[in-house]
Amino acid sequence: MTETITANGAGGPEAAETGAPVLEIEDLHVTFPGRGKEPDVKAVRGVGYSVRRGEILGIVGESGSGKSVSSMAAMGLLPDNARVTGSIRLHGEELLGLDDKAMSAKRGSRIAMVFQDPLSGLTPVYTVGDQIIEAVRVHNPKMGKERAAERAVELLDLVGIPNPAQRAKAFPHEFSGGMRQRVMIAIAIANDPDVIICDEPTTALDVTIQAQILEVLKTAQRETGAAIVMITHDLGVVAGLVDRVLVMYAGRPVEVGAVDDVYYRTRMPYTMGLLGSVPRLDTEEHAPLVPIEGNPPSLSALPPGCPFAPRCPIATDECRAEEPELLEVGGGHGDGHTAACIRAPEIEREGWTAADVYPVPAIGEAPAARTRRADRETVLQVDGLVKHHPLMKGAVFKRRVGTVYAVDGVSFDIAEGETLGLVGESGCGKSSTLMEILSLERPQSGTVDLLGRRSGTMSARERFAVRRDVQVVFQDPMSSLDPRMLVFDVVAEPLRTHGYPKDKLRARVNELLDLVGLDPAHAGRYPQEFSGGQRQRIGIARALALEPRLLILDEPVSALDVSIQAGVINLLEELKVRLGLSYLFVAHDLSVVRHIADRVAVMYLGRIVEIGEVGRIFGSPAHPYTQALLSAIPVPDPEKERARTHIVLEGDLPSPANPPSGCRFRPRCPKFAGLSEAERVPCIEVSPDLEPTGEDDHTAACHYAQGRTVV
Amino acid sequence: MWLFLVRRLVNYLVLIVVATTCAYLLAASALSPRVNYENQSPRPSEAAVDARLDELNLNDKTPLAERWMVWAGDVVTGDFGKTVTGSSVNDQMEIRVLVSLRLIVAGTVLGATAGVAIGAYAAVKQYGLFDQLSTGAAFTVLAVPAVVVAITLQVIAIWLNGAAGQTLLVFNGEATPSLDAGFFGTVWDRLKHMFLPTVALALGQFAVFSRYQRNMMLDVLGSDFVRTARAKGLTRRAALLKHALRTALIPTVTYFTFTFGVMMAGTTFTEKVYNWKGMGSWLIDSIATNDVHAVAAVSCFMAVCVMAAAFLSDLLYAWLDPRVRVG
Repeated sequence: MTETITANGAGGPEAAETGAPVLEIEDLHVTFPGRGKEPDVKAVRGVGYSVRRGEILGIVGESGSGKSVSSMAAMGLLPDNARVTGSIRLHGEELLGLDDKAMSAKRGSRIAMVFQDPLSGLTPVYTVGDQIIEAVRVHNPKMGKERAAERAVELLDLVGIPNPAQRAKAFPHEFSGGMRQRVMIAIAIANDPDVIICDEPTTALDVTIQAQILEVLKTAQRETGAAIVMITHDLGVVAGLVDRVLVMYAGRPVEVGAVDDVYYRTRMPYTMGLLGSVPRLDTEEHAPLVPIEGNPPSLSALPPGCPFAPRCPIATDECRAEEPELLEVGGGHGDGHTAACIRAPEIEREGWTAADVYPVPAIGEAPAARTRRADRETVLQVDGLVKHHPLMKGAVFKRRVGTVYAVDGVSFDIAEGETLGLVGESGCGKSSTLMEILSLERPQSGTVDLLGRRSGTMSARERFAVRRDVQVVFQDPMSSLDPRMLVFDVVAEPLRTHGYPKDKLRARVNELLDLVGLDPAHAGRYPQEFSGGQRQRIGIARALALEPRLLILDEPVSALDVSIQAGVINLLEELKVRLGLSYLFVAHDLSVVRHIADRVAVMYLGRIVEIGEVGRIFGSPAHPYTQALLSAIPVPDPEKERARTHIVLEGDLPSPANPPSGCRFRPRCPKFAGLSEAERVPCIEVSPDLEPTGEDDHTAACHYAQGRTVV
Repeated sequence: MWLFLVRRLVNYLVLIVVATTCAYLLAASALSPRVNYENQSPRPSEAAVDARLDELNLNDKTPLAERWMVWAGDVVTGDFGKTVTGSSVNDQMEIRVLVSLRLIVAGTVLGATAGVAIGAYAAVKQYGLFDQLSTGAAFTVLAVPAVVVAITLQVIAIWLNGAAGQTLLVFNGEATPSLDAGFFGTVWDRLKHMFLPTVALALGQFAVFSRYQRNMMLDVLGSDFVRTARAKGLTRRAALLKHALRTALIPTVTYFTFTFGVMMAGTTFTEKVYNWKGMGSWLIDSIATNDVHAVAAVSCFMAVCVMAAAFLSDLLYAWLDPRVRVG
């Protein structure tokens, strides 16, 4: 059960630095006792690793794999009822079993942590500066208040907060998410720790902000020389950043090794599945993703044998008999590559990859795709759509003090059988655009034509009819299904509303559930009995009930784990082909969009800055914002990722209540920064319109648009 | 920030005026001082009664608006009028306000602090013995009317005194009449008299606050910022006190104003039961004797108290949550 990594990382010379490991974890088990008669939850079952000074270890796994719990155990921050056994050593000193006082002395000074959600991670009633000062002084009680305040400002400066002296006096709510995460990093490095544990530090952030934060983390590591344990579910983030990877499944490490070995010489089918199910930004060919069937096992009722066996396509009876040990596999460049699979030697001998192990689903070609786009019917036409929210002030007498330009002149169209991906950072107006389209009301300005009928001019009866043809799938499958309705009723509701014959209702619901890959026998269950991916399938079945022609998908897969996400994406593609649907697909994950979309529109501060064929946008983006956005996305390919240079944008998305003059992207634009005074004039004075770049119907809103390869 | 407080203060003044006026109008139309004279024997002549009532500005033959104008004109100059017996309301108030305030302030401070502390600690030890005991105690007090709590305490005191064979606890009046024990002796005597009624009042406050604070505390206990504080190196205790409790106190402080009104009602019973000559007992006595001006004066006092509590909670809020000061 025990496995400790002792070999060096394969990364740079820093990682190869010899010396004793800083943090060593051995045979760590964490069990949460079940309340009452419920069984115990075995969250972590035998994790072991060690990190050296300057080394970065990545821990990868899906939600519930125990990756966070094991690091919280290292910090001594698990709830009191957790049973922790094994060994956690910091510089050889055992941490497990230390009392709160002794552990507090280590926490924040020798071992520090950066958490996932920066929005709730800072105490709202203290200034940012005070919270950093507290971190400094708790370990240096003799340090004067003024000296600590100076140190806080230095730290804020180090993590890239502009005007640090002034901003130190601000409260957390005055900072954006990315800025708060910088503050969290400043707190973590305040006392020069030897180990920094980062628990999904960029998951809650936009890609451009993620790129900034990863840079800050690299700076932090350079400054402190600390070892970093990077916990994430994003295989792209891990690829470019870490030296070694530990893949976790059901509370156990299943594959461990140097990053290149794990990515290029994968020996465990689960790791293969993970890598195969990630939509790739860097591959042009449109192959279906490789989903891992089924769901992770419950940690309170694990099956005997390999916990991955029920989902593994190459599992044998032997796999189900006994849980495999983590054993050394050869063939790698760096040593210390281990995998917990009894068929690993076979995989190695045969040189199998994900494509060999997993059956690749076949998805046909949509019939509409054979017709030229211009000859197809336009399902949705949006022209100059505007949505401004007034900003009001005052309690009794409200007066208008400003305007939020949420959607400010957006135009696009969707042809039959086409998928348009609408992408942009949070706050850019994607969701507002969707809501305006779905409201079917007259926009403040501009027009929305759905299937040839204009919003705001329809009678109530026509509106009702259009609602049949335009359906929506929401982001969060946990909250978009009524928990008190049976799945049957959830799917049947739109049918009943639109007067579907009662005697055919059950047959239709069964057909729909079958269509989205659910067992019709489960129609009598409640939504909470299903996993996230299954719930999203229920949401899709509900949306499909009335045989719509246009499906509006608002971040349909962003709340799902990658292996589950792949299945839902494949389902959406298959449905499009089978039912001839058109999709408006809103997402912030550009890899998903590249995979599923035919055309892509990139939004920034309420406007579309670039729109065109998917291959064109990803292959040769012309707008500097699109370029930055694409460049910021890490690719799950270590060699490629190390060779890439990311364009890191400065600052945050400006407030849509106060957009800059001229081109809205100007203050963050890397191109603008390189222009001469004279060349800058149009950017400052004239807001650029979407102009054709000369190829296909690709247009970009930049005065200096120029195609460039960034992926 | 200061502007905000001044605005609130002006708001409260308006509310006090409205509340007092309403109380006056209600008392003047519902209570009939004339009955007091008609029941006397020998029964005075109607003209004599009218003359006496006119003198006191209590004659129900005068239009209500007119009486109110006269009364309000006096109140503006600080004169709350005369009682039905002709004595000055102000004189009575001077004595009684101090009596009541002593009880209210002590009861509130004790009850609220104990409630917050016990509630917060119970949350930290959720489902533990302390939590279960304090929950049981709080629900018992909440389920029992204030009068019963007050009387039960008296019964317990009697039993204790009997068991000890001497007067450990006093439960009648504010002080021993005609006591001559020097300054400290008098203070000690008053404290002894205060003990039981204060506890009776504080119990109700404790019950409400402990439940509320426990819930607020439970909400923040698992929050990310408490975890961050511990990750910095604060001990569990320090993180809970400095980060969790501070944040969890903010909603409780707003709640303070609401519970204060309920407590004022509790004061009335407590004063009655413990035979204190305070504002609360005066209110009940005045209603019984059709004393319109006394009722209005007590109502005004209670309005001022509630508004003072509201203002105090504004101040506390601004102190606890600096975001109010910035925004």
